[in-house]
Amino acid sequence: MRNVLLVPVGAVDAPLVEYLSLMVGEALGCATHIAAEALSPDRALDPRRRQYYSTEILAMLERAHPPHVGQVLGVAEVDLFIPILTFVFGEAQLGGRVALLSLARLRSSYYGEDEDPDLLYRRAEKEAIHELGHTLGLVHCDDYGCVMRFSSSVEEVDIKGDRFCPNCATRLETADRGYDR
Amino acid sequence: MSQQIRILIVDDEQVVRTSLEHWFREEGCVVDTAASGKEALTKLASADWDIFLIDIRMPGMDGIELQGRIRETHPDAVVIIMTAYASVDTAVQAMKQGAHDYITKPFDPETLEKMVRAAVEKRRLEKENQQLKRSLDELEQFSEIVGSSSAVREVLEKVQMVAATDSTVLVRGESGTGKELVARAIHAHSARRYMPIVVVNCGALPEGVLESELFGHEKGSFTGAQYRRKGKFEMADGGTLFLDEIGDVGPKTQMDLLRVLEEKAIYRVGGNTRIQVDFRTIAATNRDLEEAVREKSFREDLYYRLNVFTITIPPLRERREDIPVLAAHFLQKLARSMNRQLEGFAPEAMELLMERAWPGNVRELQNAIERAAVVRVRGLIQREDFPFADSAASREQMNGKSLSDLERVHIARVLEETGWNISQAARILEIDRVTLYNKMRKYGIERP
Repeated sequence: MRNVLLVPVGAVDAPLVEYLSLMVGEALGCATHIAAEALSPDRALDPRRRQYYSTEILAMLERAHPPHVGQVLGVAEVDLFIPILTFVFGEAQLGGRVALLSLARLRSSYYGEDEDPDLLYRRAEKEAIHELGHTLGLVHCDDYGCVMRFSSSVEEVDIKGDRFCPNCATRLETADRGYDR
Repeated sequence: MSQQIRILIVDDEQVVRTSLEHWFREEGCVVDTAASGKEALTKLASADWDIFLIDIRMPGMDGIELQGRIRETHPDAVVIIMTAYASVDTAVQAMKQGAHDYITKPFDPETLEKMVRAAVEKRRLEKENQQLKRSLDELEQFSEIVGSSSAVREVLEKVQMVAATDSTVLVRGESGTGKELVARAIHAHSARRYMPIVVVNCGALPEGVLESELFGHEKGSFTGAQYRRKGKFEMADGGTLFLDEIGDVGPKTQMDLLRVLEEKAIYRVGGNTRIQVDFRTIAATNRDLEEAVREKSFREDLYYRLNVFTITIPPLRERREDIPVLAAHFLQKLARSMNRQLEGFAPEAMELLMERAWPGNVRELQNAIERAAVVRVRGLIQREDFPFADSAASREQMNGKSLSDLERVHIARVLEETGWNISQAARILEIDRVTLYNKMRKYGIERP
């Protein structure tokens, strides 16, 4: 049985993390837990960009949580980047153990619109499952109905599906069989 | 982008190479990197590269010289030049020498994705296996419209007939009859199937919000609008726009919609740039639009614009012969997904299903069967597995309770029945998962 540990990165709305924990568990068919202690993202701050380097946070998450805890999903409020991109919604180790998502650009208020908590939950659910999908070896999918579809903007997060398409689900099942052996 | 696109990244900065390599691997690409032009040349022959991403300023051989050398052996490869400096001169020089595109660090994810997608487009003909996969998905989608009645056969014939055209379609039917399923089947069989189908539930949004949702807005168009946002019209470009509950939109949005459908162009809120959009429109309603036109609550011109080709899905009570087929279909699917040995329905259970009026139509039937499948682990579904089987007992349980008491008890019972599976419970309760989660918090319902 696979395990996923959700780790708040900085101060994050607790009910949202709990919701993600429930949904990740159902979507991936795994046990989930929420870390008692949050991880501070401060060391990953790039003062010039005023954003946080997500690859650095992934490394911090990996160091803080040994392999026996299973897959790790960091949930951050802060805005993330990797050096070549203006921002990322999240990052994951492909076929690895650690993933991270940022709520900053999933919030409607970021775009000057009224805050919509339900929409934020739905967006965060998609991105959490997407990033964890990468840790399970899934790459981006062409199917607009699949949660593994790449989103370069929040509009694209909204139009993609919230679960795996049949092809990605099959790949995941195959990976799971390998995992269980 | 999961077909195997081969990319060689050439940059003297380690952090850039690593970040890009990682990003493209998530795209499902085959990636290699080189720290210099010289190293890149040694890797030229190691694979049939599709895309070269080259930094313009590198010690030794610069990006422009390397591009020239690559062109000698890979004339059809896509070369994208990267630079940390937005210099028009170098951009022009690189493009003149055959660079496919030019990008300034750090990239906007959307720009990078578009560039790679354009390159991928070149490989479209090689995607036979992918198309096969999609065809299978489409068949799956079509197979969701189930029934043996002449009414369902007629719906399927119409779907097939209209899918091949680009006509506007109006899907009519009561709530729960499967209007979105019909829209998705039309899209999946149309020439636009490789582009998205974008769903807008017009009834769920107040008029002002719907306007922003449909048209998007420009940066600075209102206080706090710090970023440009694309609306659903733009997101549907190339694909299909499904306007659900069209009968519920207010007068201003009706007028806006009519203009967009006529001109196939939009202006974002706060914008003055005309943006051409190309999408097929499918609208759906459970309202009597003719009556709404007579009452002047729905524009006649919009009605005629939408009512080009109509597909009407009759309510389940008018095609009872579909009930056993649908029930068996849903049960089979559920048994497979829940890994249960469910063999069918006991005669009394089927009798109950046949007698019921099904005001919520196919969706209600599906939810009822999901709930019964949750309760019954194996064997035949029995009459008592349906919550509406014994209404006298249910009424007794409801006596003296407030609405919120009933809601709390009902939610807790459904969660228990589903083994605390929120997705399944939300489907049975016909609410979305976030709403169910919020109600669980409100009532303090927790898994024991």
